[in-house]
Amino acid sequence: MGAFFRRLRKDKVGLIGFIGVMLIVFIGLFAPLIATHSPTEMFNEYRLQSPNSEFWLGTDDLGRDIFSRLIYGARVSLMVGIIAVGIGAGIGLACGLIAGFFQGRIDNIIMRIMDVLFAFPDLLLALAIVAILGPNLKNTMIAIGIVFIPVFTRLVRSSVITVKEMDYISNAQSIGASNKRVIVKHILPNILAPFLVQTTLALSSAILAEASLSFLGLGIQPPDPSWGSMLNSSRRFMELAPWTAIFPAIFIVFTILCFNLLGDSLRDLLDPRLRKK
Amino acid sequence: MYVLSYIVRRVASIIPVLIGISILIFLIMQVIPGDIVSILLGTEATPELKEQMREEFGYNLPLYQQYWNWISGVVVGDFGHSLRTGAAVLPEILSRFTLTLELTIFASVIAWIISIPLGVIAAVRRNKGSDIGIRVISLLGVSVPNFALATIIILVLSLQFNYFPPVGYVGLFEDPIRNLERLLIPALVLGASMAGSIMRMTRSSVLEVLEQDYIRTARAKGIREHFVIYRHAFRNALIPVLTVIGMQIGFLLGGTVIVEQIFSLPGLGQYVLTGIMQRDIPVVQGSILFIASMFVFVNLLVDILYGFLNPRISYD
Repeated sequence: MGAFFRRLRKDKVGLIGFIGVMLIVFIGLFAPLIATHSPTEMFNEYRLQSPNSEFWLGTDDLGRDIFSRLIYGARVSLMVGIIAVGIGAGIGLACGLIAGFFQGRIDNIIMRIMDVLFAFPDLLLALAIVAILGPNLKNTMIAIGIVFIPVFTRLVRSSVITVKEMDYISNAQSIGASNKRVIVKHILPNILAPFLVQTTLALSSAILAEASLSFLGLGIQPPDPSWGSMLNSSRRFMELAPWTAIFPAIFIVFTILCFNLLGDSLRDLLDPRLRKK
Repeated sequence: MYVLSYIVRRVASIIPVLIGISILIFLIMQVIPGDIVSILLGTEATPELKEQMREEFGYNLPLYQQYWNWISGVVVGDFGHSLRTGAAVLPEILSRFTLTLELTIFASVIAWIISIPLGVIAAVRRNKGSDIGIRVISLLGVSVPNFALATIIILVLSLQFNYFPPVGYVGLFEDPIRNLERLLIPALVLGASMAGSIMRMTRSSVLEVLEQDYIRTARAKGIREHFVIYRHAFRNALIPVLTVIGMQIGFLLGGTVIVEQIFSLPGLGQYVLTGIMQRDIPVVQGSILFIASMFVFVNLLVDILYGFLNPRISYD
């Protein structure tokens, strides 16, 4: 970890990404302290106000404070990102470990299921799942999580197959280490680097997916704040009140950009082949 | 001969995937909470009417039989009928797919034209100003969601140029100029994110190839630099780029859902979305199966193209 931060300090672009991500996390964690108003409170007499000293980023068509909604929206985005990636990465890790370690029939069954899941364009699969489960916060996280399962399974499986061939694994097995011990003690720590990189990159995809679903009206439902749904509802009057579209767009792009910068940098740092480039 | 048997084997290998996709879509649609017949009938729902409707749509049959009825229809081109309008699903999918396909091709062409040359330039001029500029553009390309980009473009055009992008669709053969006018901005929006990914992959792939021994040998033989780049480096660097292109085309088919919605284009994406909103099972089942199958076919095509681009790939 210390080595990682030392390297990150030298990588300016990665550092910008890291600071940006930390900023978003900070905003999400301390939203109630940072927000100037309640994100759902409607000030009917102040509808579509341009940015001013009372409403820093203006108000929307229902008179709600855009700044506060964006701040609380960060919390929603992060929560969806972390839990959805947790679902995808957790199930993907388990499936990938089983498929890669035991191979044979179980590998075949798991990977054919993954082939089927992988055959759907991401957003479409998430849309279909949300459509059947019903649009709300919990189902959005489940839908996006399911979309990530095949990505993580494939990654973990291929890493496990490579690591499994190493001498130290056969040595551990020859001295009687159980399968569980070999997986947990010897394989898992050695496949963590690509897994970690994929997790960071998946976070940005999850945040993007949530914003996309909410934009289509199938993600977080009003009055809960979501950057995607804020952008969508702004379309009706954005020529009149451009701030209602501009600020949510900036928050979405900034967050995804920072996660991508951090993910790219992490990949370069953890992959010795790329490190010198 | 090897090539032909490889193609046949690859085509055969997608059959179980397609069957799996159809089963998954079918099962997903069965999990819809609540009784679909009650949802469709709304306040008019009486036990008799509900039973009659269940019988009419075959929802009273066991699951395996419902699946069999659906999939045997799909195989002969009968995707069923919309629960809301009664219109046959397949003709509707095909007519809307023309638009989605046109949009996808248009967006892909825009993305290739922009991204491949820029990716090569970035690699060749590594760490120079132009490389850094191109990397920033590509990073923005992958980080700006298409719905945000579309919103920003519409906003800038309307506020700065007093231009409102036309909505709706005019067929390519009906009026090519108006067709172009309606599809240009949506295609640009879709192409931008694709361009970002391809640019990044082209850059890193060309960079990797440029470090190979045969490039050094070619340079040592005195071959002109642009010949080295385009004859030796570019062709070999194209293989991973092709993977990204294949995947991106598949994603574009899904990404059109949002763009079609924003620009009111009556394509396949909008058809799926309307089907989802209205809980129209045959429409959703049919169109998602169609899109997922297209995705599988595009990837198959990319796989087969590999062999032609890279003779080192074995067909055994």
